[in-house]
Amino acid sequence: MTIEMNIPRVEPKNAVKSKKETHVGASTHAIESLVAKMQINKVSIFYDKFRAVEDITMTIPLNQITAIIGPSGCGKSTLLRSLNRMTDLTPRSHVEGEVMLDGDDIYAPHVDVVDIRRRIGMVFQRPNPFPMSIFENVAYGPRLYGIHDRKMLSSIVENSLRQAALWDEVKDKLDQSGMAISGGQQQRLCIARALAVEPEIILMDEPASALDPIATLKIEELMQELKSTYTIVIVTHNMQQAARVSSFTAFMMINSHRAGTLVEFGETPQIFTNPKNKQTEDYVTGRFG
Amino acid sequence: MQKLSTQKSNQSSVFALISRITEHGDIPWRMLIMAMALLVIVLMLAIGALLFRDSAIARAQFGWAFISPFGESSWDPVGDHFRAWPFIFGTIITSLIAIVIAIPFSVGIAIFLAELCPPWLRSPLSLMVELLAAIPSVVYGLWGIFVFLPLVVAPSGTFLADTLGVIPGLDLIFAGPISPSGASRLAAGMILAIMIIPTIAAVSRDVFMAIPPSQREASLAMGATRWETIWKVLIPYGLSGILGAIILGLGRALGETMAVTMVIGNSIEGSTSLLRPGYTMSSVIANEFAEAVSALHSQALVEIALVLFFMTLILNMIARLLVWRVARRNAQEARA
Amino acid sequence: MTAASPSISTLTSLPAPQKHYISGRAGYARRKFTNSFMLGLTGAMTLLALVPLFWIIGYVMYKGGQYINLDLLTQLPKPVGMVGGGVLHAIEGTLLLTVLAAIIAIPPGLLAAFYAAYHPNTPLGVALRFGTDVLSGVPSIVIGIFGYALVVKTQGHYSALAGGVAMAIIMLPTIVRTTEEMLKLVPHTLREGSLALGSPEWRTSLKVTFPAAMSGIVTGFMLALARASGETAPLLFTALGNDRFEMGKMIQNGLHAGQSLPAIFLNMLQQPVDSLPLTLYKYTQQPDVSRINQSWAVAFVLMVLVLTINIIARVIVERRMAKSRGK
Repeated sequence: MTIEMNIPRVEPKNAVKSKKETHVGASTHAIESLVAKMQINKVSIFYDKFRAVEDITMTIPLNQITAIIGPSGCGKSTLLRSLNRMTDLTPRSHVEGEVMLDGDDIYAPHVDVVDIRRRIGMVFQRPNPFPMSIFENVAYGPRLYGIHDRKMLSSIVENSLRQAALWDEVKDKLDQSGMAISGGQQQRLCIARALAVEPEIILMDEPASALDPIATLKIEELMQELKSTYTIVIVTHNMQQAARVSSFTAFMMINSHRAGTLVEFGETPQIFTNPKNKQTEDYVTGRFG
Repeated sequence: MQKLSTQKSNQSSVFALISRITEHGDIPWRMLIMAMALLVIVLMLAIGALLFRDSAIARAQFGWAFISPFGESSWDPVGDHFRAWPFIFGTIITSLIAIVIAIPFSVGIAIFLAELCPPWLRSPLSLMVELLAAIPSVVYGLWGIFVFLPLVVAPSGTFLADTLGVIPGLDLIFAGPISPSGASRLAAGMILAIMIIPTIAAVSRDVFMAIPPSQREASLAMGATRWETIWKVLIPYGLSGILGAIILGLGRALGETMAVTMVIGNSIEGSTSLLRPGYTMSSVIANEFAEAVSALHSQALVEIALVLFFMTLILNMIARLLVWRVARRNAQEARA
Repeated sequence: MTAASPSISTLTSLPAPQKHYISGRAGYARRKFTNSFMLGLTGAMTLLALVPLFWIIGYVMYKGGQYINLDLLTQLPKPVGMVGGGVLHAIEGTLLLTVLAAIIAIPPGLLAAFYAAYHPNTPLGVALRFGTDVLSGVPSIVIGIFGYALVVKTQGHYSALAGGVAMAIIMLPTIVRTTEEMLKLVPHTLREGSLALGSPEWRTSLKVTFPAAMSGIVTGFMLALARASGETAPLLFTALGNDRFEMGKMIQNGLHAGQSLPAIFLNMLQQPVDSLPLTLYKYTQQPDVSRINQSWAVAFVLMVLVLTINIIARVIVERRMAKSRGK
């Protein structure tokens, strides 16, 4: 599927390995100073022989929030997980195509997966704090990188919790278990934990679906704050959330081969008010889904 | 009106009759299974009670000094003077050796089976590990005496005695020489370790497999390696369960009789060294009970059995508590 | 909106998030090495732990196979020092003890398991689970002492009955636990369907649940039997041992003397009796070459018996659990 966007594509550093179509598409919208952070090129994800996600090509712009929407089972979570190679953990699955992070394919051989996952963080649908104190949860990542000095750790922990808008609520109980706080707070703790290793991109897999509306709102506000420093990709089944929060939206659906494909990708206002594709229109207007 | 009410009462009486009949079938059944459940509990109490009763004279005679490590410890069937400390010491030492050897292996095996092993390999490997526990104790003893001791223990013992046994301080533990046959506390401890590894490994493996996958995902997604995830997240998470598994293994080691008796040398010379022969509680009972010289002798042996009973009872309760705590926390999280 | 020319950034001028603390590639190599090393270590440990298994099985097969012959399985022992003879007494003893233990342990164990499975949260159910756990942790030698105190002292002599009682106590916790687990695996919809039709609880349990769980329960019996038949300690002062024990002869003599079959069997139970593990132990304590050789052969027989039962039983149980997990 070719998607026409006016975002300059980041060309791979190495020689061209596969055919690439160049699209310098015509766009009627002004996009100023937009840079691609990730480029997804014809990515397909397989479980054994079964192709679950087919030929996705799209761009993730830097410092923006990109939403991936679509009916359940259309492969959006699978696609998201392929962006930080969490799909490697599923036995008998493999990924074809390229996922370029700043011009380097993260699926190239000899790529350090551990490094990729540090640079691309992930927040999951259900908050999953470790059974440790709040402090230890956030300090977990930095400790892996050899930071053991107590003062430095405290400063990183405070910084991360502030960025996750959780500091004020927990600053007096950093020694309490990370599981002893509310669901919404746990999710922000997980975000703080991910931020502590200084990622460049944050992937969010339906981060608010297990939370109540007020906690959801807090998470959405948080995302807006974070996007100036990080690039965010969010998968959500909640269209209104996508419309509220994101600047760009990708709409996915299952095709006739039972594989998830990208139907349309564009700026969020355009997708929701003036979709180019009939299927998109049907979905966003609620005719099915 | 009256007609209606008699109709109604006729109906209800029919139902009442039916339910009474079916209840009838149920009551004897329920009583039967309750009685059998009670039987199990009574059995457990009866064991404790009989041991208590048949050691009464000895307990009265020796009091707490029987198990005390202080004072003179001797076991003298001829002079009718009995102190159990040498055997208690022997049991504890051999079990400790077994635990120290078994823990790293068992946890390593549990990690491998739960986290790293490809799924198709998991069942056969688990089966093989469990088969280690199915080998009868006497066969371990037989193999121990004729194969393991001469080939492994005796040479290792000589090596240890020559290297560590000459260092002052360490010679308390490693003073040689090891007896030519290899019969020693070390031998007993090593064979015990092999016998309890399946227990600890199987329970620990179940503990790991019960940890929700979201914990692993959270750690890996941050850029931790698999080992870091296992070491820093999973092991702390399942620690009480693993501890419970270890204590269960310890309980087994304490009570093991035949393999230990066959390779430990059955002697209570005073040394504390691992390389010298020893004697355990279960061994002395096995060796002396059938030919106990006097009534007091028998009673003393039964008292040892009583001590053994309580030790395993307490360990069992602690282990259950620990494993129960892990199960409760998992349930809590599943609900959250 | 007017179309504006997009700014094209080259790779080098992509704004990078400020790295305050986490330095780039430092330490990765060490972490990866630790990872590979430790993971490899766990695999190595697993293999190492399996070495004794194959070593023992292999050696017993090798050594025992040399001394197995028909005589061994069909004759009584010869006096010490003489070559030849067999362990018929031990084989028959093991048979007798195992059957006896099964008869004593299976009915109560089965019924108690029903209680454990369907009334787990009553005080009695909790106490039952506790009792089962405690019993399974009692050292087998302590159970032997209990058997002595209960049966031998009361009767005044060692007997197969005492040995059977001791073995039954050893089997009991395994039977209760496995049966309970198998009963719980039966889908409760099956049970509810029967109860909803008006079948009383006892009927449902006996005619619906029990047959459904049957194969699993039988394998539980097998595992318990395998465990009990390998035990020595509890027989040391209950069954004691008897190297003149020969069932065929006893039955013959009894019939000649005009006794009825039941009386003959009851009499048999009162005799002390040997078992394969017990004989094995005793033979290793005797410094006689022929006896030592025979002990390897006995170990061979014992291992074949115990391991075969174990493997079959566990494979069946594993298949059943996999089926219920819906693989």
